[in-house]
Amino acid sequence: MNKVVKNAQEAIEGIETGMTLMLGGFGLCGIPENSIEALVESGITDLTCISNNAGVDDFGIGLLLQGKQVKKMISSYVGENDEFERQLLSGELEVELLPQGTLAERCRAAGAGIPAFFTPAGYGTEVAEGKEVREFAGKKYIIENAFEPDFAIVKAWKGDTDGNLIFKATARNFNPMMAMAGKITIAEVEELVEPGQLDPNFIHTPSIFVNRIFQGTDYEKRIEQRTTR
Amino acid sequence: MLIKQQIARRIAKELKDGYYVNLGIGIPTLVANYVPVGMDVTLQSENGLLGMGPFPTEEEIDADLINAGKQTVTTLPGSVFFDSATSFAMIRSGRVDLTVLGAMEVNDKGDIANWKIPGKMVKGMGGAMDLVASAQNIIVAMQHTNRAGQSKLLRELSLPVTGLGCVKKVVTNLCVMDITERGFELKELAPGVTIEDVQAATEGKLVVQGEIPEIRL
Repeated sequence: MNKVVKNAQEAIEGIETGMTLMLGGFGLCGIPENSIEALVESGITDLTCISNNAGVDDFGIGLLLQGKQVKKMISSYVGENDEFERQLLSGELEVELLPQGTLAERCRAAGAGIPAFFTPAGYGTEVAEGKEVREFAGKKYIIENAFEPDFAIVKAWKGDTDGNLIFKATARNFNPMMAMAGKITIAEVEELVEPGQLDPNFIHTPSIFVNRIFQGTDYEKRIEQRTTR
Repeated sequence: MLIKQQIARRIAKELKDGYYVNLGIGIPTLVANYVPVGMDVTLQSENGLLGMGPFPTEEEIDADLINAGKQTVTTLPGSVFFDSATSFAMIRSGRVDLTVLGAMEVNDKGDIANWKIPGKMVKGMGGAMDLVASAQNIIVAMQHTNRAGQSKLLRELSLPVTGLGCVKKVVTNLCVMDITERGFELKELAPGVTIEDVQAATEGKLVVQGEIPEIRL
């Protein structure tokens, strides 16, 4: 079984108008830059994107928003993107905002064979509207369903040609859960190696979850808040 | 009146040795600058870092190493990285000893609003809803009034709620208040601030009992 694809263009083959995608990353940290670029070039529209944030105006998922390729965003925080806010307030873009831990757990559940779970986050708020409430040991919880993405696209630091992945520092964030959740999971990595070159003790995502892998190029790794002491 | 740094310094007095602490964006972030010397406090950043260090030097900057405010940070000996599901497992299961958050509004029942202004601003709740739903110990750092001089400490929230009955203590530019079943209980006053000032700036139910000492930093 050969999981290695040549580049991002080849990796995103099969992604079609109207599909639901998961995109890893927190802010601009750990986002699949190459695949996002390929999606922008593809011109595919009406996408539902599940990602913690929506990028910034001219980078990350912000590029997909500029091209009006996104029908709906499912995120926890979108504060860094003026175009996003404009499209949202004008009604061009649908958005579902979720507590960050709920977003993470809905990804994890999708990859773990768990259709739904109860969480206290969002009880008594707008997030709970239309959701079943249940009480456990005197505390109220709301039901949340696992996501059902068509594709999950993640970015790892190192990967082997079998699809094993290692993430770096806080660029890990949502990537491991999303890698587990895709019907088809695409991984782009900074360094692609042969099986056996990654220490099995230190692999974060086991190969079984990954369907396509490629070595990315020209990572910009833009920093949103460059702070020094 | 307290300036932001002084609000952060007052909150830092609530830290205890061995605490795991999550600091929100804004004034809460400043609390890290006032951890008492010799005290062992571990900062949790919900994007996947336990044991957050100071901002990096120019040479140390790593785009893959940021905090939940997307600022570049560093690690410390004993630091650990993890994914977002693990991060919120720590939060929901009550392992974080103290959470410090900013707020747009708090009411006298301890409800908090800090994620949305309908029709105007939609930033999202980030990790705030998970934190307020599970943390046992939440302190809010905020200005007592908005720019128009209206109270942000209310009887009823006017903005969409983030969490119910979760805020235990509020530190503002004017005072320190505990939230109990009786309402906002005034505990300490900022230098130069009177009970009448606090009363005038507090729309919610204010309880004043006994002598109110001045805030000591």
